[in-house]
Amino acid sequence: MDTMAAIRETFFQECEEQLGELEVGLNAMEEGVADSETVNAVFRAVHSIKGGAGAFKLDRLVRFAHTFETSLDLIRGGQLASSSSVMRTMLRSADLLADLVKASRSDHPVDEARVDAQIAELKALAEEAKEAPTEANAGGGDADGLDFQPVLLAIDDLGETEPQAARYAIKLIPAPDLYRKGNETVRLLRELSRMGEFRVECDTRHVPTLDALDPEGAYFAWRVELTTAEDEAAIHELFEFVVDDCELEVVVDRAGVGAATAEASAPAAAAPLAPFVAAPSFASPIASEPAESIEAVAAANAVEPEKAKVEAAKPDAGASPATIRVDLERVDRLINLVGELVINQAMLSQRVLEAGLARSSSVAAGLGALEQLTREIQEGVMAIRAQPVKPLFQRMSRIVRELTDATGKVVRLRTEGEATEVDRTVIERLADPLTHMIRNAVDHGVERPEVREAAGKPAQGEVKLSAAHRSGRIVIEVSDDGAGINRQRVREIAIKKELIAPDAQLSDGEIDNLLFMPGFSTAQAISNISGRGVGMDVVKRSIQALGGRITIASRPGQGSVFSMSLPLTLAVLDGMVVKVADQTLVVPLTAIVETLRPKAGDVHALGVNARVISDRGGFAPLIDVGQELGYRRDAADPVGSVVLIVETEVSTRCALVVDAIHDQRQVVIKSLEANYRQVAGIAAATILGDGRVALILDIDTFVARTNRSAAGQEPLLAAVG
Amino acid sequence: MSMTILTVDDSRTMRDMLKVALMEAGYRVIQAVDGQHGLEVLEQETPQVIITDINMPKLDGFGFIENVRRDQRYLGIPILVLTTESSPEKKNLARRAGATGWIVKPFDSAKLVDVVRRVAA
Repeated sequence: MDTMAAIRETFFQECEEQLGELEVGLNAMEEGVADSETVNAVFRAVHSIKGGAGAFKLDRLVRFAHTFETSLDLIRGGQLASSSSVMRTMLRSADLLADLVKASRSDHPVDEARVDAQIAELKALAEEAKEAPTEANAGGGDADGLDFQPVLLAIDDLGETEPQAARYAIKLIPAPDLYRKGNETVRLLRELSRMGEFRVECDTRHVPTLDALDPEGAYFAWRVELTTAEDEAAIHELFEFVVDDCELEVVVDRAGVGAATAEASAPAAAAPLAPFVAAPSFASPIASEPAESIEAVAAANAVEPEKAKVEAAKPDAGASPATIRVDLERVDRLINLVGELVINQAMLSQRVLEAGLARSSSVAAGLGALEQLTREIQEGVMAIRAQPVKPLFQRMSRIVRELTDATGKVVRLRTEGEATEVDRTVIERLADPLTHMIRNAVDHGVERPEVREAAGKPAQGEVKLSAAHRSGRIVIEVSDDGAGINRQRVREIAIKKELIAPDAQLSDGEIDNLLFMPGFSTAQAISNISGRGVGMDVVKRSIQALGGRITIASRPGQGSVFSMSLPLTLAVLDGMVVKVADQTLVVPLTAIVETLRPKAGDVHALGVNARVISDRGGFAPLIDVGQELGYRRDAADPVGSVVLIVETEVSTRCALVVDAIHDQRQVVIKSLEANYRQVAGIAAATILGDGRVALILDIDTFVARTNRSAAGQEPLLAAVG
Repeated sequence: MSMTILTVDDSRTMRDMLKVALMEAGYRVIQAVDGQHGLEVLEQETPQVIITDINMPKLDGFGFIENVRRDQRYLGIPILVLTTESSPEKKNLARRAGATGWIVKPFDSAKLVDVVRRVAA
């Protein structure tokens, strides 16, 4: 990546941050809880985007940001009230700005009509503000609009001679402030000298005697004769930043052009004012001041190297956290290597243990330290992939906004724990399920304003989205203060759709969980918001695919809470290590509901091959893992074996028969596809401490496959060594 | 030793662009993310030229310039304002605060360096 491309990337990253600030700020303004700093930050966000966009010639973005910024400036200045309708326009503009940023980033086309419409809307607001008899309208041309032409002003190059030369007599008497503000007569005179034929005289008559001299005073006066093709405005422009701090007189003397040229070629000594004639590189005011002050300056300079040393240690300290950009691929490679390191370290520990070395031996102690270090490295590397959920949450607030516009409900989204960090991939794959749940919360959860008021609740509903770390996992909750789940209705639908028997005895929790069953939808009329053919079953599956779990809690009249518990990373997995026919397998802990050792009376035959086990008043089919994977011909006797009750999205509960449970541990996931090929029923593999490969079961596909193989299919694996 | 320039801008993009442009021209660049931070950086090191943005959190460009100009230690350091705005009012404010010059964003690297070279001479 070349430098500009890298900076462009920085710009877009920064845009994302600014858009986040913008959204948070606008929401605060809409709720009327914004202080002036928030309003400033909102303005600044758009202003910054405009500034950067200009640098990359993203004209469309600049144009829209400029209009947007102008309106925000009116709000900031109090000319435009931040009423809810105004704020809605601002929020919509922020959404469009985000879309434009995205389009610019990927060079995609944008909906010009939408941009024009939004610009028109913003301009209408600005017009309104101007008509309103509030404070004076801010700076005409600048506030007005799209004519903003980037120009370089002030001390710009003012070269080129030629047409219509004129002679100017310029008198310049600097005040002390001119020097104090970093300007130098030498620089101004040099600029003048570049404009054409130039002669300068310095009047030193006002320099006092040494005892009366103020080192910071200004005692010189200058007279310049300049013959140039530039106009008078150009000369004034050169002095633009010093006019307040000097006496300046520019007099045109067109008649004198010829004379001036002639004179200029004459020896400089002919100058009338005499004391000395300065060439463009004459002494600066400081250097021409008495020795005393020069020493003072020298002393000040002497301190500098020491200062520089201190500075070198903290070049950008206190600045926004320094970042570097790294290819995701490199990070993943590092994560993989650390995974190997963890495995190696575990193997080494096991070998040392087997060798019978005392725990107090220096080898064991060193190994303990290595283990600690390895774990720290692993955590550190995992953290590289971690990102705050904030951008994800912000996307949701836009969805709520669009929904409120579409449904006529009044809903506000409250977010908590936005700084919580999760693996980047988890965040990416969480976007769809979360969107769906937020849609559900607004569409099905929160009641219409009149219904809410009738129930004694505020007309405005609230959907809360929160994230938090809890015991090594991240818990994300979507809650609403709506009517809660209508269990009567859920039951009726489930019966109608033959998901449950008409006389089924279900607890409240079990009824709530019916929402996750495939083919269930409570929407009275399928709206185009939440009824898009995907139900909560898809949400549940997506969460499970991430190694997570989702639960519902609902109270009638008070609302519902959907709670998702997710792993912090996809690189490691909490697994139960089990033995099956001398093979070691790993079962994801998230899938396991309970483990038990069945007694003879618990197991019932069902037909010739099938067996079931009594499970909480129902029956769960028994699946012999060893037999299914082709490790053994005949199923083991469940009595005397261990049974893992697992939950899948297809058949609610299944009982997996394994020989023994080894232990529970975190395993590093190794892709089977990358190293071998995809195998149905197997999610991935891992390498255990003893160096052996263990397969990790994919419970969903394993059980689904088993149901079919009951009809006499081949085992999943012919042989695995 | 090459000349040191302090850039004060809350936008990382702008800081990067300034840094690249100035470093390519042989200057040493130190950075600050807002006016407040700019003053802190000045406590550590005195640059030969300062380039500052106007719209910044904590302490804006005007406030920053005023503070610098009040401090005898930084006497006569040229301060260039770099901003998207070009209204006469804003320029007046900057001038009164004590700015030395005004550059409008987006800037052209060559021109920026040219301007810096002139004020720094």
